[in-house]
Amino acid sequence: MATDQKDRWDAGVTPYAEMGYWDADYEPKDTDVLAAFRITPQPGVDPIEAAAAVAGESSTATWTVVWTDRLTPHEHYQAKAYSVEQVGETDQYIAKIAYDIDLFEEGSIPNMTSSIIGNVFGFKALKALRLEDMRIPPHYLKTFQGPPHGIVMEREYLDKFGRPLLGATTKPKLGLSAKNYGRVVYEALRGGLDFTKDDENINSQPFMRWRDRYIHAMEAVNRASAVTGEVKGHYLNVTAPDMEGMYERAEFAKEVGSIIIMQDLTVGYAAMQSMSKWARANGMILHLHRAGHATYTRQKNHGVNFRVIAKWCRMLGVDHIHAGTVVGKLEGDPNATKGYYDVCRERYNPANPETGIYFDQDWASLPGMFPVASGGIHAGQMHQLLHYLGEDTVLQFGGGTIGHPMGIAAGATANRVAVEAIIQARNEGRDYFEEGPDILKQAGKRSKELSSALEVWKDVTFEFESTDTPDSTPTPTTTSA
Amino acid sequence: MRITQGTFSFLPDLTDEQLEAQMRYALRNGWAIMVEHTDDPHPRNAFWDMWDQPFFDLAEDDSEEVMDHIRQAREGLPERYVKVVCYDASLGRQSSMLSIIVQRPSDEPGFRLERRETHDRTIDYQLHPYAQEDPAGRRYGQTGSHNGAGPDGSPL
Repeated sequence: MATDQKDRWDAGVTPYAEMGYWDADYEPKDTDVLAAFRITPQPGVDPIEAAAAVAGESSTATWTVVWTDRLTPHEHYQAKAYSVEQVGETDQYIAKIAYDIDLFEEGSIPNMTSSIIGNVFGFKALKALRLEDMRIPPHYLKTFQGPPHGIVMEREYLDKFGRPLLGATTKPKLGLSAKNYGRVVYEALRGGLDFTKDDENINSQPFMRWRDRYIHAMEAVNRASAVTGEVKGHYLNVTAPDMEGMYERAEFAKEVGSIIIMQDLTVGYAAMQSMSKWARANGMILHLHRAGHATYTRQKNHGVNFRVIAKWCRMLGVDHIHAGTVVGKLEGDPNATKGYYDVCRERYNPANPETGIYFDQDWASLPGMFPVASGGIHAGQMHQLLHYLGEDTVLQFGGGTIGHPMGIAAGATANRVAVEAIIQARNEGRDYFEEGPDILKQAGKRSKELSSALEVWKDVTFEFESTDTPDSTPTPTTTSA
Repeated sequence: MRITQGTFSFLPDLTDEQLEAQMRYALRNGWAIMVEHTDDPHPRNAFWDMWDQPFFDLAEDDSEEVMDHIRQAREGLPERYVKVVCYDASLGRQSSMLSIIVQRPSDEPGFRLERRETHDRTIDYQLHPYAQEDPAGRRYGQTGSHNGAGPDGSPL
């Protein structure tokens, strides 16, 4: 692709698009990794050149021509931008880029992310850049083992079928002593929840060291199991300053008989994948709290969409991942959230502009993860939660359990009665979304725990416009829309 | 105590009419249906005894046949836990989808939690169903020497 002024191999700067990083005729191979980027070029920068620059900087290129390209079949290793489309009348463009599978080390999310989001997001010629979605070919997926258990295995292990699982995060999240903390766990589990959870920032602080917390939590879990006859669990957070610390905590969690541990997204991709391998080897369910994600997932024009984070986490392998609530206190457009849940659970995701899915994705039988809904949800929303999020979820009511006027166990009972009543109605063929408030009210007549929860939280909603919606959504959506 | 395993243990026991609605839901989804029973309700008892072979290939209108089967099981298995499990054989699921306890012993004594102090303040926990003080078949007030009777009245 020589230009009039300059041969391809003359020293100096050649536009990326002319160096092979743009090919409008390129037909992606089945084995290619595909990425969709939302590009906002600086004023005056040609969008095709901007897309080619992204392809170049996320694969082989540097800012100037290098003769050493001639020592390899460089075209093979060059990423190729093959489509650029303007988003409505905005200054944003969706660029699709294909990467040969040879660019990526097998089974390595750190390697994939170092390429795809490594240098390119700071590129000066772009005002902003967002990775919207990726298509991972089965050939590359099969170099990962995915979730240590997956939804089906976890349900069989817990012997819990046909309804969302229920959990609660212990509150206050900081400051309780180990014994008082265990009290919250015991009350919530005996009252009817399946799980309780350490919060993301409960690790090992002066007021409660991890070892003391684990011991008291397990007393609570076993007591609750004895009074209900059910399998119960508490996610013991093994997030630690270093991998040695994470392994030490995980080993102790195993020793005291826990069925589940958790880690925070902040530990990094390599650490998460190491814990995934450990969890598989030790029969431990692995929960992931997406601590920190909104710093780079929330803004529509810059960062990484959460659906991509979810894909990477399904590949590196966790059994649970926080994925939004729609109706709770944290950001989550209903359509976009549905897309995230589909990415977590389904065997195959067809491209769907409505839910923000850009590519067909075949998961090649990699098990699904439980999406976890947590943050500002309560029993009175149960019909909405089932409608938006489906049955294979973990619904976590922290304040919505512990803040119940009759106590923690009553709060747990209210949530369990509510979920069973809504599931019963759905299975009977009723329009549970429309009739939800009435179904819950009727169930509350036989459960003062539920009726009192409905009364105290009856007016609590979080109706704000989403900051991020799929492009096909004409206006920002709220749950009342 | 009331053992709260199963999909609907926090609701009042389902009436036969309500249970049949759930069976119609399962059949509508093309799921198989099996009746299981036990006198060992330990939460890790994954293999309750099968009352009979699972039902496959029933239509939604055949729910009455399922209900007859459940009623027979209840009659043939007094004072035992009986549950109905619905299975989805479709690709990617291949597992249970519903698990409903449809009969319980009239008295559920529950579980004893045993603690064995090991080392460094750690404790080994063991869960013992009180009912297991007696051999299988002689729990929950039963005097038989076998695990109940099959659908045709023969010992299981």
